[in-house]
Amino acid sequence: MGKTLFDKVWEAHTVRELPNGMTQLLIGTHLIHEVTSPQAFGMLRDLQLKVLYPHRTFATVDHIVPTDEREEPFSDALADAMIKELRKNCDDFGIKFFDISSGKQGIVHIVGPEQGITQPGTTIACGDSHTSTHGAFGAVAFGIGTSQVRDVLATQTMALRKPDVRRIEVDGKLSPGVYAKDVILHIIRKLGVNGGLGYAYEYAGSTFDNFTQEERMTVCNMSIEGGARVGYVNPDQTTFDYLRGRPYAPAQENYDAAIARWKSFASDKDASYGDLVKYAASDIGPTVTWGINPGQAIFIDENIPSPEQLAEKDRSTAEEAYAHMKLRPGQPIKGTKIDVAFLGSCTNARLSDLMEVAKYLKGKKAKGGVKAIVVPGSQSVAAVAESMGLAEIFREAGFEWRGAGCSMCLAMNPDKLIGDQLCASSSNRNFKGRQGSPTGRTVLMSPLMVAAAAVTGEISDAREIFGLS
Amino acid sequence: MALPRISQIAGTGVYVPGDDVDTDRIIPARFMKCVTFDGLGEYAFYDERFEEDGRPKAHPIDNPKYAGATILLGGRNFGCGSSREHAPQALYRHGFRAVLAESFAEIFFGNAITLGMPCLVMDGRDIRALAALIDEAPQAEINIDIPNNQVSIADISFPAVLPDHAREALVNGRWDAIADLLEGLETVKATADKLPYMRAA
Repeated sequence: MGKTLFDKVWEAHTVRELPNGMTQLLIGTHLIHEVTSPQAFGMLRDLQLKVLYPHRTFATVDHIVPTDEREEPFSDALADAMIKELRKNCDDFGIKFFDISSGKQGIVHIVGPEQGITQPGTTIACGDSHTSTHGAFGAVAFGIGTSQVRDVLATQTMALRKPDVRRIEVDGKLSPGVYAKDVILHIIRKLGVNGGLGYAYEYAGSTFDNFTQEERMTVCNMSIEGGARVGYVNPDQTTFDYLRGRPYAPAQENYDAAIARWKSFASDKDASYGDLVKYAASDIGPTVTWGINPGQAIFIDENIPSPEQLAEKDRSTAEEAYAHMKLRPGQPIKGTKIDVAFLGSCTNARLSDLMEVAKYLKGKKAKGGVKAIVVPGSQSVAAVAESMGLAEIFREAGFEWRGAGCSMCLAMNPDKLIGDQLCASSSNRNFKGRQGSPTGRTVLMSPLMVAAAAVTGEISDAREIFGLS
Repeated sequence: MALPRISQIAGTGVYVPGDDVDTDRIIPARFMKCVTFDGLGEYAFYDERFEEDGRPKAHPIDNPKYAGATILLGGRNFGCGSSREHAPQALYRHGFRAVLAESFAEIFFGNAITLGMPCLVMDGRDIRALAALIDEAPQAEINIDIPNNQVSIADISFPAVLPDHAREALVNGRWDAIADLLEGLETVKATADKLPYMRAA
């Protein structure tokens, strides 16, 4: 019987079995940011421990960073204290920090891949649940809590229990106007927000084979929204081509050897899985959420489900969702007025996302009264986008072009919804209060759908607005 | 780093109904602008407890009837979403010492165990039955018997389970893994030496 990539990576990184039956697993790459690491460094100091492999930890600042006024000190004293604390911790422990002045700062899950730090056959951890993003490269990547950040700093390992692997195959070609974001929203809608509990997700099939690395990242990113802590795609030529020449990728003279090693981690043809589900790409349409978790999603041309259309276990959350979202069951989602359009986050703020939107947005304008912002995922993304003239296209369309960070995905910086504003958002969570106002409302969708909503001022079908067919 | 063995927990309870209670709800992100976990307790469930102008919303954990509750009852997929340890830290610092729910999100579960705050899974009907008993007698003591996978109130008992590894860790006082992990350092180095990407550049 063959093995999955997950099995092989797990085996190669197993240190030993712990007395309680968990595995002590080596975490080769540790990514840290300002929100979940300061307490971990505090614990490290209390225990008088050092960072075991400082050269395998990489830091950046993303959650609290302002996207407009970026000069220090930040106007928010708490945010200012947090960036300074991270800078000090990186200095004290010899950790590489992609600081704002580096020109390489950005959302940690965008910086890792673009620097070539994220590699196949490796284990990665970060104190952020969207660490699953890195699985797009055939890495096994875990979101962790702060005590585990401490564990990884001090021992380069964590105590983990091995999950089962569920293979999710999507086959065929997506229709025009349907994107990787729609694929993952569809998967979560079908399997539920807790359907992935106890599983690592392996995404496969011809749809994934034909995806770019950035599209694979969008899908892996939201694995956790389906309850799966880990999601990955087997590495292939697309992966190797993406990584070649990046700053932390293996040097050119060693690259062929690296590819051979990386390929050896891919799942065997006869690997066994805990579960297997299949979807057809042609069945997936532009998808938007209507509720307060990412599984409460429908196609743009569907109506908001009524309680009797839902499984009994989903009804009470649906009632809570109608009330919070101020939406009525049985009504179309299309045509719902929006106040804010947010194009950003670790799900959808990479260059390809901005290019795709700019292609259609060029010459169009955001509707008066809609606050539209673009927050590139990293300074590197921003720089390339600016040199390509994308920033100008967005500005001319009435979007604010901002500096890199997490921004309105979780609103730990000054970018927040106000009152019960409704936001068309390319981010990953529509939880109550997620975008900074307890009564704020979030509708998740693909970047092009965000642009369509910005242009019309209401939730719209991007295929109609931009003439895709 | 000897840790207390956690096998019996006694206290009164409070039921916070609802499925998919995410960690943004347990601790809104704006309260994570901090470099220590101190003081997080007062912000547990903050936006569920208070209107934007600060008026209380009559949340169960503020109901005087359940004052002093140390055992939290919840629904399905409790603690989903963000990996923020601030969520179990806020609950712990608010005074909770155990959570009973239909199921838990994986990262929240691990974070809570590492704090020594057991999260036990119960059948949904049992949760609601227990909640009804608490409602009738809010000051009745609930006893959580971890080795025997059982929760009882007065003379009524319900099954409440932990996965084996978590039960072992709690009852043996090894719920914070750091001591075990440090004991394996020699083997860590040997494992790392076999992986080319672990070498210093």
